[in-house]
Amino acid sequence: MRYLRQTLTIAAKDLRSEIRTKESLNAAISFAIVILVLFSFAVDPSSEQIKEMSGGLLWLVFAFAGALILNRSFAREQNNDCLDALVSSPIPGSALFLGKALANFVLLTVVEFVSMPIFGILYNMDWMRQPLWLAAVLLLATWGITVIGTMFSALTVNLRMRELMLPTLIYPMMIPALMAAMRLTTLLINGEGIPADDWIWVKLIVGFDIIFTSLAVTLVEIVLVG
Amino acid sequence: MSAVSVEGIWKFYGDYPALREIDFVVEEKQCLALLGRNGAGKTTMLRMLAGLLRPQRGTIRLFGRDSHEAEARASFGVLGHGIGVYDELSAMENLRLFAKVYSVPDAEKAAKDWLVRTQLDHVADSLVREFSRGMRQRLAVARAFLHNPSLLLLDEPFTALDDRAIALLQSLLKDAVNRGATVIMSTHQLREAMELATHVALLARGRLKFHGPRPVEMLEDPTWLYRTYGEG
Repeated sequence: MRYLRQTLTIAAKDLRSEIRTKESLNAAISFAIVILVLFSFAVDPSSEQIKEMSGGLLWLVFAFAGALILNRSFAREQNNDCLDALVSSPIPGSALFLGKALANFVLLTVVEFVSMPIFGILYNMDWMRQPLWLAAVLLLATWGITVIGTMFSALTVNLRMRELMLPTLIYPMMIPALMAAMRLTTLLINGEGIPADDWIWVKLIVGFDIIFTSLAVTLVEIVLVG
Repeated sequence: MSAVSVEGIWKFYGDYPALREIDFVVEEKQCLALLGRNGAGKTTMLRMLAGLLRPQRGTIRLFGRDSHEAEARASFGVLGHGIGVYDELSAMENLRLFAKVYSVPDAEKAAKDWLVRTQLDHVADSLVREFSRGMRQRLAVARAFLHNPSLLLLDEPFTALDDRAIALLQSLLKDAVNRGATVIMSTHQLREAMELATHVALLARGRLKFHGPRPVEMLEDPTWLYRTYGEG
């Protein structure tokens, strides 16, 4: 119970800070919208082609916009040496990590739920044909991206080129989750449901989330204390 | 039981040994002034005591526990070079946050009490980014003392404080020592430190040159230790 309370305290602190400054949320939402608008000039929104690549387009937008949120996650702790104050406190490193991952998850989910209707309008897509399954896939894949991103945000926080290093490191790690999310999102946006053959992708995302959350929670103390 | 027990500590930055074979014990209720020139290893020592760095060799125990255990970390308060509070939160929000992190029973009341004690109650709801440097330092002091720690680790606590803030910090430190807390502080402000210190330790180039009760000579001449055991 105490662990959960400490995790939620960190998540609430990060969300409150973000709501005050809006530094990463504004940037991520603006970036997502700009990419969606620019890409709509490149392809014919009424074509069949866009239906086949809808999942890929959306997840690339989410992954790039997510990097803007994840970059700030541990970087905001550097001002005034706040990370030292937290690391030297009795809060477990894993609770600190999960709190920050939870805040990033909420922020990235907001970006996704703002982007989806805009995607629907720009590309003339009825994306709400499988709303529950689509929400489940979005949330599962977002958690996977968030866990990887938050862990690497902690790893790269002291690097001079962290804005460049973080995306360089996280995108290769995200490939399995992104592949699964792209495939499933394409199916669900086109209203097809998830055929039996494609359940492997759902299992892949769930496995990815479990493995990387466990790894991150186990290793974060080593990352945080030099 | 000793408050702090340091045995055979070595810390390297690359090939450079920042601390070499450091051994010392600080008993409960002692106030240790950790002295040394710039680069002597004071901050590294304090960061290791606070669990922010791991030594390459040796052990650190706080009240008999490994310094990385949650119980050990709950027992101390740290005031480092950074103030450790969030600019985008208010003073009250910052203290409430750290009270919750330290599981202080009534976080709201503890935060309010410390805002009063540090004379920041009139700006409780103002964002820290709007504070003057002195106000930020006082809030950092409140954060470090908030959970009534048994051990205080202070890295140059008097630096950049005005007269009023120095008096406030000295009074809070005296109160802490009177209630039985142990204090370890690194400082260059020898006169302020000698008012509180029961013991002194001198580091020079990563080696512990002296550790013991504060020599009486230091009351008259605070630099006596440097001249006798240090590098002049």
